[in-house]
Amino acid sequence: MNSKTLKLISNFWNWIFLIFILIFLEGWARIVYGSTFLLNPFVLQSVLLFTAAPLLIGIGQTFVIISGGIDLSVAFAMGLASVIFATVIKSLAPELGYIAVLIGFGVTCLVMLIPGFINGTLISRLNVPPFIGTLGMYGVARGTGYLTADGMTVPVNNDFLFYLGTGKIFGIPIPVLVAIFFVIIAHYILTYTKFGQYTYALGGNRQAAIRSGINVKRHILLLYMLCAFCAGIAGMIYTARFSAGAPQAGEPLMLDAIAAVFIGGASFFGGSGKIIGTVIGALIIAVIQFGIVFIDIKPFWQFVVVGIVIIVAVIVDQSKNKLKGERTDE
Amino acid sequence: MNKVLDVKSVSKRFGGVQALNDVSIHLNEGEVLALAGDNGAGKSTLIKVVSGVYHPDDGNIIFNNENIQLDNPRFAREKGIETIYQDLALADNLNVGANIFLGREPMTTKLGVPIIDRELMLSESKKVLKNLEINIPESSLEEPVGKLSGGQRQAVAIGRALYWNAKLLIMDEPTAALGVPEQRNVMDLIKKLKEQKVSIIFISHNLTDIFQASDRIVVLRRGIKAGERIISETNSDEIVKLMVQG
Ligand SMILES: Nc1ncnc2c1ncn2[C@@H]1O[C@H](COP(=O)(O)OP(=O)(O)OP(=O)(O)O)[C@@H](O)[C@H]1O
Ligand SMILES: [Mg+2]
Repeated sequence: MNSKTLKLISNFWNWIFLIFILIFLEGWARIVYGSTFLLNPFVLQSVLLFTAAPLLIGIGQTFVIISGGIDLSVAFAMGLASVIFATVIKSLAPELGYIAVLIGFGVTCLVMLIPGFINGTLISRLNVPPFIGTLGMYGVARGTGYLTADGMTVPVNNDFLFYLGTGKIFGIPIPVLVAIFFVIIAHYILTYTKFGQYTYALGGNRQAAIRSGINVKRHILLLYMLCAFCAGIAGMIYTARFSAGAPQAGEPLMLDAIAAVFIGGASFFGGSGKIIGTVIGALIIAVIQFGIVFIDIKPFWQFVVVGIVIIVAVIVDQSKNKLKGERTDE
Repeated sequence: MNKVLDVKSVSKRFGGVQALNDVSIHLNEGEVLALAGDNGAGKSTLIKVVSGVYHPDDGNIIFNNENIQLDNPRFAREKGIETIYQDLALADNLNVGANIFLGREPMTTKLGVPIIDRELMLSESKKVLKNLEINIPESSLEEPVGKLSGGQRQAVAIGRALYWNAKLLIMDEPTAALGVPEQRNVMDLIKKLKEQKVSIIFISHNLTDIFQASDRIVVLRRGIKAGERIISETNSDEIVKLMVQG
């Protein structure tokens, strides 16, 4: 193979891989079950629903990782948001309907500013390494979530909320539409605005960003607030889908979301990554998880497979730099 | 003559190192001031105090008759101070245009939505580099600058500082990575800018260049100002002596 083909493969391996597993599952469905995987609307909807929450967390995480940081607290920020959203709506009369949901939305968004603000301040002003700062916030958000929910789940009874969580528009589940909406907005911000450009610059060379006059401290603060906000949306979607708030809502998603970003081609060292990549990464993980249930092997295999995919992603990232002709020291 | 910059008694300490000790320099309009001194003498620290990267422990900076607190490169750039840093300060993951316009991206709209004008950034960067007569292949302009050669990267850093029509241009060893013809171009450029009344601080270890391009020279030695001479009234022997013994 010539180097051009190799380059293409290393850039699009995640797309190729996704198509490959889809073909495999489709083949399996036809041969073993005599049915179809891809053309089954139930399957498609389930996979997309599976994808929505980790994808939303992954969107915020993509920005943070491109800037050279990481946010470990998002999963529990999601849980906290889920609980607060549920608690507020529950405390209001169910007859309030969509107004209660709107109030809950407003309150949750406001509360989600807090973990983002604290993370951002720790990292940008007090020079706490992102890994440590957000690990601290991971504990704080987790504890606060459980305390707010009193260690239980918070069931809510609101028809409008139920509709948001389970309804469909043109056959597409509303949570999926919400995720698509945020994907488009995030792609726009990252690719076409100064905010996105500064995020890349920050990850590429922080000193260069500072010296060119970018307000790096403010930018970092905004990045972590954005990240917490995305987690908040994911948490509210969870509450809507299950008509209940749960402090542990995001727990299984924390690593999935980070993995989605790296499988999507972001560099661990910052400076590169794309929203579309994260979408593909999140889809790959969801398809693997769903596919393993579908072909009826022990569900624990999903951890093994996703783990292997992450390792492949990192190896591809490394070799990509060489193929692209970037300066490497070896 | 019109005094553009007056740096008064600045000191800067890094832990145990007194990088600058009570150093004063000034610069007139359209003047080229050379800064010379051994490695570690404090040249880069001095210009970083002027460009807002470091906040001095002591002393003040007057730019265009205004006492400025330049503890932030953004303010310095807003005042018309552009700097070519010794370490270039490029974002290696961004392309040439993105680096030249970093922090000041031009915007346009597409379907009514505001977006960064990457086409303009590309075409303008072509122009700047052409003026510099430093060759970067077209195909490389849209690649991350991390892939360019050392000299090409230096050209990008120079182009970035030149693009913004600075009133004060600070150049910290701008020709260090350049080939001989490219060095000529940059030295010619300094003369051209001087004619356009741009004031320049020029750091170099090359005394020939210093004598050719500058009007005045300040020599630093281990953080102190070892001496100051008018170029036409001194020679390299004297400068070398100032550098080593003060
Ligand atoms: N950010 C920093 N932190 C700690 N020490 C520093 C820092 N910057 C400079 N120094 C120290 O200050 C002194 C002056 O350094 P500076 O970079 O100004 O020297 P210079 O004259 O530019 O030297 P060169 O010719 O090698 O570029 C050196 O001893 C250096 O180690
Ligand atoms: Mg220096």
